Amino acid sequence: MLRSKTTGNESGRTPWNRFLYNNNTVGYTFASPFIIGFLVFTIIPMLSSLYYSCTNYNMIEKETFIGIANYVNLFKDERFINSVLVTLQYVVFSVPLKLAFALFIAFLLTRPSRLVSFYRSLYYLPSLIGGSVAVALVWKELFARKGLINTNLGKLGIHTVNWFGNMSAAKWPIILMTAWQFGSSMLIFAAGLKEIPSSYYEAAKIDGANGWQIFWRITMPCLSPVIMFNLIMQLISSFMVFTQAFVITGGGPNDATMYYALYVYKQGIQTRNMGYASAMSWVMLLIMGTITAIVFKTSKHWVFNESES
Amino acid sequence: MKAKKVFSSTIYHIFIGVLGFIMVYPVLWMISGSLKNNPEILSGSLNLIPPAWRWDNFSRGWAGFGHVTFTTFFKNSLLITVIGTLGTVLSSSCIAYALARIKFRGRKLIFTVMIGTMLLPGQVVMIPQYLIYNRIGWVGTKLPLTVPHFFGAAFFIYMMMQFMAGIPKELDEAAIIDGCSKYTVFSRVIFPLLKPALISTIIIQFYWKWDDYMGPMLYLGKPEAYTVSIAVKLFADATSTTDYGAMFAMSTLSMIPVFLIFLFFNRYLVDGISTSGLKG
Repeated sequence: MLRSKTTGNESGRTPWNRFLYNNNTVGYTFASPFIIGFLVFTIIPMLSSLYYSCTNYNMIEKETFIGIANYVNLFKDERFINSVLVTLQYVVFSVPLKLAFALFIAFLLTRPSRLVSFYRSLYYLPSLIGGSVAVALVWKELFARKGLINTNLGKLGIHTVNWFGNMSAAKWPIILMTAWQFGSSMLIFAAGLKEIPSSYYEAAKIDGANGWQIFWRITMPCLSPVIMFNLIMQLISSFMVFTQAFVITGGGPNDATMYYALYVYKQGIQTRNMGYASAMSWVMLLIMGTITAIVFKTSKHWVFNESES
Repeated sequence: MKAKKVFSSTIYHIFIGVLGFIMVYPVLWMISGSLKNNPEILSGSLNLIPPAWRWDNFSRGWAGFGHVTFTTFFKNSLLITVIGTLGTVLSSSCIAYALARIKFRGRKLIFTVMIGTMLLPGQVVMIPQYLIYNRIGWVGTKLPLTVPHFFGAAFFIYMMMQFMAGIPKELDEAAIIDGCSKYTVFSRVIFPLLKPALISTIIIQFYWKWDDYMGPMLYLGKPEAYTVSIAVKLFADATSTTDYGAMFAMSTLSMIPVFLIFLFFNRYLVDGISTSGLKG
């Protein structure tokens, strides 16, 4: 084993040691998995798909170059435009609902109590298993036409809803399921809440602030970087909703839940329309990039930065 | 004053408890469904206690499809999940160490790229990656589901970097004075101290990987290679009437590994998440 008795950097005894313990060598050694992985599993696939997006390719015959025809067709494809719109709608409903719920519960659980860690596990449970096919199947049965939800709505005398047969109702079980899995956002909020210095609260109390004022003037500004982080992470994962819709509705009824990822899957993997699916990936990347950039830009106005004040 | 406190505390616990029960109700319903037959499940009854405990759902479910039983599906899932989780923990911690502790040329650039990949939605690279894996002959094997995990995952790298920010730099310096190199500082100082963050990573990556449906669906061709998540979905795809009891029995079993990991490591989960570095 090579072990240096020196302090690393430049004082190595031999040139080999000097090289081995150089910051650049150490840095690149430890970072090399990422660099290699990024090139092999991200950059090369993305660049090659940029080429394929300008071709007609079905993975059996050799591709034929067709220029920007795929992109032109995308904007004429009503199903594609619909998939982008229903995805946006899903994101707009599910992300704020999920984050509000996560923050609310995280806030409730800051109260010192012996049961808090039990409650936290309880509320984390849906996130732990929510992405699974098993839970999606349960959801499908709960919201089925003669399922548990409808039967009990009927018993209460409320109009039953044909959840998966109705274009405007079908999105709700999926949105609800997403919001239900607020556990990981909740944990991150809880960690953020724990790190707000209690002296801030004490000072506010001395100044006579009430609970509501303390929440909006101290908790929220101090938590804003964490809110930003959760918002970005949830935005990205919501845009990619797949398994739930695939298992529960299969994109129906009449494309009402044909989210972007589902449509890409249909075009790419099922119909082997790889050129078209590649173009779709690139358009989605641009849409996502724009939205993320907008969120980052506006964050300057609402994310409170401690070092500035 | 004291009475008021007791009252508000009771209201608090009732509220949290009832809400929590509603939250986990669907899961409890599934578990109870694993011991009911079709009419009992479809009756719409809120009752969680099965009228008769129908354990035969488990043996019917375990028999699987064709000649492939759930023994095979569980083996496949476990193999993919354990290898994937191991790969993520090892590679992400090394990368996080480089980015958080070593001042090397190009660190800023690599960090920016890493954050960029965290913001890059997985499904955007789904088709591009599928084409590459197809070209190198990996489609139909377990390789696309395991190998990429050995190259780090941005989310976990970032999480570990946040955690490392809380480990005093003086510890590294002291270890170097005591004769450690920058390599052994990682293995002897940082890696052991990173334990809470490593455990959070294990929990999260384990259940992501265990629950993953899209990856196995894309890359696993033969029923002998299917994971549990694919197999559970097959119950719903059956052309004849769905056997809900068997489906819920296997769904319940499919959640046990995730529950075990969670129960085992639960108390570390919150400690491993640090948001201190998020603040500007």
